[in-house]
Amino acid sequence: MSGVVAVIDYGMGNLHSVASALRQVGADEVVVTHDADRLARADRVVFPGVGAIGDCMTEIRRLRCDRLLLDALHTRHKPVLAICVGLQALMSHSQESGGVPCLDILPGEVRHFGTALRDAAGRRLKVPHMGWNEVRQERAHPLWRGIPDMTRFYFVHSYYVDAIERELLAGSVRYGVDFDAALARGNLFAVQFHPEKSHTAGLQLLRNFLEWNGRC
Amino acid sequence: MSPPPSACATNRGNSMGLAKRIIPCLDVENGRVVKGVNFVDIRDAGDPVEIAMRYNEQGADEITFLDITASHEDRDTTVHTVEQIAEHVFIPLTVGGGIRSVADIRTMLNAGADKVSINTAAIREPELVRRAAQRFGSQCIVVAIDAKRVADVDGVPRWEIFTHGGRRPTGIDAVAWAVTMAELGAGEILLTSMDRDGTKNGFELGVTRAITDAVDIPVIASGGVGTLQHLVEGITLGGADAVLAASIFHFGEFTVPQAKAYMAEHGIEVRL
Repeated sequence: MSGVVAVIDYGMGNLHSVASALRQVGADEVVVTHDADRLARADRVVFPGVGAIGDCMTEIRRLRCDRLLLDALHTRHKPVLAICVGLQALMSHSQESGGVPCLDILPGEVRHFGTALRDAAGRRLKVPHMGWNEVRQERAHPLWRGIPDMTRFYFVHSYYVDAIERELLAGSVRYGVDFDAALARGNLFAVQFHPEKSHTAGLQLLRNFLEWNGRC
Repeated sequence: MSPPPSACATNRGNSMGLAKRIIPCLDVENGRVVKGVNFVDIRDAGDPVEIAMRYNEQGADEITFLDITASHEDRDTTVHTVEQIAEHVFIPLTVGGGIRSVADIRTMLNAGADKVSINTAAIREPELVRRAAQRFGSQCIVVAIDAKRVADVDGVPRWEIFTHGGRRPTGIDAVAWAVTMAELGAGEILLTSMDRDGTKNGFELGVTRAITDAVDIPVIASGGVGTLQHLVEGITLGGADAVLAASIFHFGEFTVPQAKAYMAEHGIEVRL
């Protein structure tokens, strides 16, 4: 039983994809909301995000979603999944749009890939990092269950996360640099890729999230 | 010019890095797929939702939905179709055709599109690309370029942008335009050769290579695919990051897994 899954809605972009993917893998009920009571009552919380992080942070703070997110994270064993800009918003600071202070829940920086990105063979790499890349599982975690190491997930981003506490690293990707594709701490799992757009592997990760007891 | 991709180049250990994408394209008119689709076991060959689900199952990396409905009073049908596809398909979905404003973009993203493709409206009003990228992020703004070869300039090949299905010249240099669009905030270029579209003679590799070399954002090659070797050439010779095709998949000539297996045999990194 997944119980109620609340997707935090701070008005930035389409959240239907996340909600329909959660339903597809058997969520009992999915609510898309920024209502404090509904979030408090939810059994699981998803913190999504797309677009420019400056605008996202403005709306997150205006709608007090930062407070709601912290409440969820401080609820013992309540599973929380952050996706893409949702992950980036958890960090201390982003280089995007001339510098944006973020929530500082996970210490670290969100950096631009740069304009002269190259792979080990010297080939130029395009930015945004767009498409299916292999995620190296840096450690075992309930959300990786049934997903082979180096499985491809769908990414689309120009900025990447670099967490200070390396013991949080659950998954990494190489794209010119090695960056943090998944961070985990207690009841929080946060990913740079889009599980809701990552076909069977992404759906498996969401299924694992619905079955997770918030411990690792 | 960047060096050609090499089959044996690896990033680390068994890692092959970012996969090249295969993108089936659905041309949709009044909510029905046109140009025909011929899957042996499909119930309704004109239903874009059923066809999109089929490509999703086959392992397509993304799906592009091109609305070619002439009258724009019928946009509600398109929105409804996009909603249904997004509900059933868990890979990225790009929607193009008739996108003219920030409001149009918002409507399609809210309906479940992950990216929108802007073509004529970007030519009429380039600032739309900047506003859209600022509002929604570059990652969801694709600029579609329909290019046609024109007379060489001092022996150097030149391609211009054409509108209205390749009938109307604009005088705009296609390569320079791609650079401008990237500067304005486009996250990706969908490049269609109007000389090759529908011919099955392969991509126009000259313009594909010229544009992939000129911009730092990903480029999707489109127009002219008739064989699996054409897909390979779009990437190895054209330098494209993704290849888009319609009829070779629609008519069941090849499946997406066959295309990926062929590309992998030729040293291209694909998601298998």
